[in-house]
Amino acid sequence: MIHLADVSKRFGDTTALHPTRLTIESAKTTVLIGPSGCGKSTILRLMNGLLEPTSGCVEFEGQRVSRDNVLALRQRMGYVIQDGGLFPHLTASQNVTLMAKHLSIPIDETQQRLSELCELTHFPEDGLNRYPVELSGGQRQRVSLMRALVLNPDVLLLDEPLGALDPMVRASLQSELKVIFQSLGKTVVLVTHDMAEAAYLGDQIVVLKEGRIIQEGTLDDLRKRPSDQFISDFISAQRSLVQL
Amino acid sequence: MKLRSAKSIFPHALLQRSEGSHATNLLPIVKLLAAMLIFVPLTVDAQQIQVGSKRFTESYVLGEIAKRLLEDAGFTVEHRKGMGGTIIVWRALTNGDISMYPDYTGTIQETILKSTMPLTREQMRAGLAEHGIGMTEELGFNNTYAFAMRREMAESLNIRTISDLRQHPNLKLGFTHEFLNRNDGWEPLSKHYGLKMRPRGMEHALTYVALSSGDIDLTDAYSTDAKLGEYDLAVLDDNLEFFPKYNAIFLYRLDADPKAISAVAGLGGTIDETRMIQLNVAAERMKDYTRAAALYFEEAKPSGKEASIPRANSKISQLFSKIIPLTGEHLTLVAISMFLAVIIGIPLGIRASRPGLFSQFILGLTGIIQTIPSIVLLAVLIPILGTTMRNAIAALFLYSLLPIVRNTTAGLQDISTPIRESAAALGLEPGSQLTKVFLPIASRSILAGVKTSTIINIGTATLAGFIGAGGYGELILSGINLNATDVILQGAIPAALLALLSQFLFDFLDRVVISKGLRLQASV
Repeated sequence: MIHLADVSKRFGDTTALHPTRLTIESAKTTVLIGPSGCGKSTILRLMNGLLEPTSGCVEFEGQRVSRDNVLALRQRMGYVIQDGGLFPHLTASQNVTLMAKHLSIPIDETQQRLSELCELTHFPEDGLNRYPVELSGGQRQRVSLMRALVLNPDVLLLDEPLGALDPMVRASLQSELKVIFQSLGKTVVLVTHDMAEAAYLGDQIVVLKEGRIIQEGTLDDLRKRPSDQFISDFISAQRSLVQL
Repeated sequence: MKLRSAKSIFPHALLQRSEGSHATNLLPIVKLLAAMLIFVPLTVDAQQIQVGSKRFTESYVLGEIAKRLLEDAGFTVEHRKGMGGTIIVWRALTNGDISMYPDYTGTIQETILKSTMPLTREQMRAGLAEHGIGMTEELGFNNTYAFAMRREMAESLNIRTISDLRQHPNLKLGFTHEFLNRNDGWEPLSKHYGLKMRPRGMEHALTYVALSSGDIDLTDAYSTDAKLGEYDLAVLDDNLEFFPKYNAIFLYRLDADPKAISAVAGLGGTIDETRMIQLNVAAERMKDYTRAAALYFEEAKPSGKEASIPRANSKISQLFSKIIPLTGEHLTLVAISMFLAVIIGIPLGIRASRPGLFSQFILGLTGIIQTIPSIVLLAVLIPILGTTMRNAIAALFLYSLLPIVRNTTAGLQDISTPIRESAAALGLEPGSQLTKVFLPIASRSILAGVKTSTIINIGTATLAGFIGAGGYGELILSGINLNATDVILQGAIPAALLALLSQFLFDFLDRVVISKGLRLQASV
């Protein structure tokens, strides 16, 4: 679905991502994990063109992502970030339907989509007319998810979507997300620094450190055949995994 | 300068297709700006004539007398009262904004022709003719500079002549700015008389008030000034004969209608000092220059002149008929300049919110404009735009830019990265990101800038009076000249009310323009 061909990214003198090769398989959930500054969010931003690679190229369904096609491609890639990134001047429903309206999709179609999404994300319909500031953190993430899904994209990119939530809300949203991913069958790329979350949600886990991929595989692969001491340390540092 | 489009505020990595599709959007705005500046009316037809005057009572009265003479000769006359000091009115004359105005031989020699030697009449005429300007015969009085003090102070200190001032170095001197800086002003005079005080500069109309309140002890005055009598001031004898003659004359454009020139030339030799003081006193007492000028045309009344001078009529309807047209002028000044400032300022602010040198340049330049005193800005624009409403509008426009540009820039720069990225990641093209997301979020800051600008603008627009461009400033300046607090307030109160009204209007606009979500956010 998405392929990074020897993609690297530098900001001035700092290398955020060394030349990297990575393939995201369709209809699966791939989790990018690693400590802060490992380059996982950079990879996500390269995929939807928020960043341009310093070298190499990003391909979406075999098509090279460039300035000419990035707008159209973004409409096929929903994007959710930590704390929502909701527009404060718009209500929940205006946030969700902004793009549909911009593309002149008929109103009744959009309304129907909105109801479906409310059901899917368990967002109360009476909250639709509230402004982001009037919503709780969990509700904001639900709105953000609805906004990402409104155009029924092929890919969902999530950058630490649950990072700003308290543990209780976080746990319940994790299980909801799992259900949503399964029911939609979409290609999902999720960035997190929480190994439990990665293990719970990810079909494929990609571990990064200092701008390089050090191992990819299933949780089992990582546990049984860690390529690096770092992987073992990283997994054992996440104590909750003991119960898995 | 070329204004770049909305998308420009994003880092290059976020740039997308349709490069340049917005780049031409601003051309019509620039054209509109040009058109508006041209259409502020300044039409002159054959039978119309513009008379100017400087900003003091005598000049106003002489201007009104000329107006009446010209009207009697069949012209439609506009008297642009109190346009400013010598340089401003002289430039208006050479520009052709006005056809004539009253001045004095001493001023022509010192300020206009800048001669260091005394000139004969013929030399003066020749010098003026080089500028296309002619001079009438002398009107008959010498309004020279004089030094004035409170009478009881002069008497108690036994000061009779300017030389006597040497014994009193601690006197507080307050002079008009013009006198302080003239070639025949304070500096050569202090050398001539060996005086060592350090005077301060102030507006002519304020010097008498300062004198009577004791803020200053001595000022420069004109020898025919009505206020000398009104404030009971002692005039010091110019015992070392420093001051040159200031014989009143009219300056006119040589290309003016000969009928108009001969009408005004008829004034030669008809007004002596006593007559002029009488007219000046009448003008100040009646607060009405037209009626004072009318006295010139009446038979001289040797005695009981107090009785013959009607008192100022202050009926409310008269007040309104005066204030309403000025309100119209004031609103025109504010509305046009603010409109231009908004349509130019917001795009400039959007451009300046991008990182880079050009943004620094925009913010720096608008900041520098703000530091120029408004009166200087008005004066600097005179050679380009004349002493017209256009000039005042251009100056007000420039003054109003900074708060709008700065607040637009700040409002856009304050938008957080997650929101920027979210807008881009949705697949909105840069123009739509700006109009649908960034500008609405920055609306509070932008509107606050427009509000600040408008209120400053309403206040600054009173300065248009200094170049005779109308508005409430005309009343305020007349009031200062006439030393009439009620007249000052007639201009100042409506200006203050207008500022308050705009404040309410903007509070209402806040509710309409700024999203409830943003208002809630601000109150959390």
